[in-house]
Amino acid sequence: MSTYTDKIRETAQRLLKECKVEMVIGFRKGSQPMMNEPCVVRSPEEVDQLIWDSNCGINLANYLTNRKEKIGIVAKGCDSRNIVTHIVENKIAREQLVIIGVPCLGMIDKRKIAAAADGEILSVTEADGQVMVKTAQATQTFAKSDVLQGNCSVCTHRNPVIHDEMIAEPVPEQTDVDPYADVAEIDAMTPEQRHAFFEELLAPCIRCYACRNACPLCYCPTCFVDESKPQWVGKGQDPADVRTFHFLRAYHCAGRCTDCGACQRACPVGINMRLLTKKLNKDCLELYGWEAGLSTETRPALDDYQPNDPENFIH
Amino acid sequence: MENPYLPYPVRIDDIVVESEDRNLKTFKFVFLNPDEEAKFAYKAGQFAELSIAGVGEIPIGIASSPVEKGFIKFTINKAGLVTSHLHNMKVGDIMGVRGPLGNWYPWETLEGKNILIVGGGFAFTTLRSSIIYLLDPANRKKFKNITVVYGARSPGMLLYKDELIAWEKRDDIDMHITVDGTSDPSWKYNVGFVPPITEQKAPQGDADSYAIVCGPPIMIKFTQPVLEKLGYDHDHIILSLENRMKCGIGMCGRCGIGRELVCKDGPVFTLAQINRTPREY
Amino acid sequence: MKVIKIEKSQWSQGLDNLRDAFRLFGPVIEKGFYDYRELAAGQAPDLSFQNTRLSPKSLVFPQSETMLNYSLDPADPERNIMKEAPKDYAPRAVIGLRPCDAKAMVLVKMNFDTEEYQDPYWLNLYNATTFVGLACDAPCGTCFCTSAGCGPYHEEGLDVLLTDRDDHYLAKALTDKGAQLLEKAGWTQAADADTIIEKAKQAAEAKVTSKIETDGLRAADTMALYNAGFWDDVAFACINCGTCTFSCPTCWCFDIQDEAYRTKGVRMRNWDSCMFPIFTVHTTGHNPRDTKTQRVRQRFMHKLKYFVDKYDQGIMCVGCGRCVRQCPVNIDIRKVSALMNALSVQARCAV
Repeated sequence: MSTYTDKIRETAQRLLKECKVEMVIGFRKGSQPMMNEPCVVRSPEEVDQLIWDSNCGINLANYLTNRKEKIGIVAKGCDSRNIVTHIVENKIAREQLVIIGVPCLGMIDKRKIAAAADGEILSVTEADGQVMVKTAQATQTFAKSDVLQGNCSVCTHRNPVIHDEMIAEPVPEQTDVDPYADVAEIDAMTPEQRHAFFEELLAPCIRCYACRNACPLCYCPTCFVDESKPQWVGKGQDPADVRTFHFLRAYHCAGRCTDCGACQRACPVGINMRLLTKKLNKDCLELYGWEAGLSTETRPALDDYQPNDPENFIH
Repeated sequence: MENPYLPYPVRIDDIVVESEDRNLKTFKFVFLNPDEEAKFAYKAGQFAELSIAGVGEIPIGIASSPVEKGFIKFTINKAGLVTSHLHNMKVGDIMGVRGPLGNWYPWETLEGKNILIVGGGFAFTTLRSSIIYLLDPANRKKFKNITVVYGARSPGMLLYKDELIAWEKRDDIDMHITVDGTSDPSWKYNVGFVPPITEQKAPQGDADSYAIVCGPPIMIKFTQPVLEKLGYDHDHIILSLENRMKCGIGMCGRCGIGRELVCKDGPVFTLAQINRTPREY
Repeated sequence: MKVIKIEKSQWSQGLDNLRDAFRLFGPVIEKGFYDYRELAAGQAPDLSFQNTRLSPKSLVFPQSETMLNYSLDPADPERNIMKEAPKDYAPRAVIGLRPCDAKAMVLVKMNFDTEEYQDPYWLNLYNATTFVGLACDAPCGTCFCTSAGCGPYHEEGLDVLLTDRDDHYLAKALTDKGAQLLEKAGWTQAADADTIIEKAKQAAEAKVTSKIETDGLRAADTMALYNAGFWDDVAFACINCGTCTFSCPTCWCFDIQDEAYRTKGVRMRNWDSCMFPIFTVHTTGHNPRDTKTQRVRQRFMHKLKYFVDKYDQGIMCVGCGRCVRQCPVNIDIRKVSALMNALSVQARCAV
């Protein structure tokens, strides 16, 4: 992974020196274990800030929306799919970007590690597929595959689908994973069970909108929850309003979501709202054979019509 | 503990359409409980939160003057959710008023001084309150010369037209009415933007003179250099700011500019104070 | 000030005695995280926590709170007239509040209890609550309370301060309210423990190694800080999500909304955040803080400069570390304060 960091720095420095880009968006080390801070580097002298490790779970495509500059952007698989979606949806132009592709072996889930750790975590390091967690009481070692973020363990697009530079050889894509296993579990529930499940899932929500803000897809100038003429959704803690926010937001991301996990990562109360968008992604895959963000040449499923689209719901 | 969020119920007693585009209406409210009118004793320059049950609240400058008893008046521009609802209400409807809120024009400081009042568009409301207060027989002698420059886009957009005409005829106030432009041949007052008319008609500034300026940001931007040229110091130029508000009592944190809250430390500030704070309004 | 010894074997019974007079609240673990909840009959507060995920401000300042209600029924002669919503201010007690969170309530009270206006909702809940604090003997790495105006044994805002001594607690009664609570619980065994508490306090304070740099902020020039060049870099990562403001015990901004359905309605208030884009938007569409950088700058300027100037009581932060731990992009208030502080020192030393 340290070679990733070196190559990212090298590439960023070269692009800035040659004025191919005005800025490079990447990550720098955070002040907390398992946290990195998205940052922007504007001169070749500053590139040593940039790092890459398994804590780069935030989706950097979120920072591209409506920018006007020429930008170098570090992108792993899911990020690159969101960049494709941004290009297709006219939030950024392809010509503005130099995409620094990063083949990704998955990001670690800080909450999983915190739950498994014995005491307050002082530092987390990794090497050779092992994650070493040091607390005041002990040093524990976990297999990285056991502490991956939920979306990473079932990811089938670990390599960037679009890139101008690649900082490493592509990694093998996972073929023996079922990305929709958790959705199938809920699909198998009765409506009453499902209602109870969602009630419990969304009960801790404090309407902070971190999920919406971390999502590259949520770029509406005024979000539907903020409209007042008319007001679609209440802003309080009425469970009906909380559910409306989450379900409607999921629908707005239908067929566009790349399951990058930024929403869940950002949520301060750890709600797994990915379950909602994943269900809609599964539906899009089954109904239209569509997966978001794989090509800048095709129109998204919900933006287009094919003569053989399913019609069984039209009566 | 008194509840500062609880509005006094009022009844709409009269509605006057002020502007030719019908977007500006003056509402006259009467308190349902007479003792609440006494609690609402206000000074010219203050504002109140007008409350419509089920819809919301809006902070509006008080257009009536403390010397006018038995009612309060507000002139409201139809712009958003609450104002649109209010514009559709009728005489006899019930709504609520919270206040008086904010600080007021510094009447104690202005005693014995010359006052220049510059207003534009529908920001003139608290200036009406001020002028009626100044011209009241009990008060007029306390102040020296009063000059007013008030302008709107066209004659049909001027507020309080009858009162403007009456003031223009008086000799204890120097009234200059102007419009940006007009094709009305019978228009007998000034034609021109407020800043240049101010430059032409306003008296020189000095240690005994103060200017109160109330208008859209663009008018204030171009009036400020005129006043500086005329010799008004920044701490003799008084402005009334606007900002997004909700509670109006300095608690919800939304209207802050620097360490000041527009609803509580303002809305009246001197230009000298504003120069020292971030311009986040 | 009296110090009482509470054997842990007496703890449960004492809590049961309190239940006759108070609604009890305390930290409870749910799905791996601690938060403050009302304690059910027989439920004890789980005091094995370092601190809760969300702050206890929701105990006196709920996320969503009804203020007034009204009828919209055309047949009702009282329609459209706002009335005070019924409230329950029966006595309540929080068992296990950290000193930083208690100090935070004292800071927030300065906003809700002013000479001209008092907020009845916040103040009635605050006055009805007896605060029983638990001193910190094992502060987190993200705690920086000792340089933020309080500390692991700080007493401001508390009615009782408990210290955990393994098989017993030492309870220092700090106010009359606190003394009454201890009486009510039946915890009456006096102890001569001032030195023990003092030593524990010093040991705890020494463990708080993280510091926030604020000594130059009071004297700093507001506009120089406001116009500083580092805000773009500080704000870049921010996603304006509001997590910092919602988890912060000293943030208090709120929104007022009317919600009506058919013939009835309420006026309520909800937590709001200066991080949200529409926080300051005018009806005309003009927004004085329509860029992310302006909003991020506002948060730090408010907490570290405007509040300092307005009240002269230090910064609007108690060093609880929640924003540092929970910011999804790891924006760290200690780093920002250091940048602001460095600027003011530079300016002061400039010739």
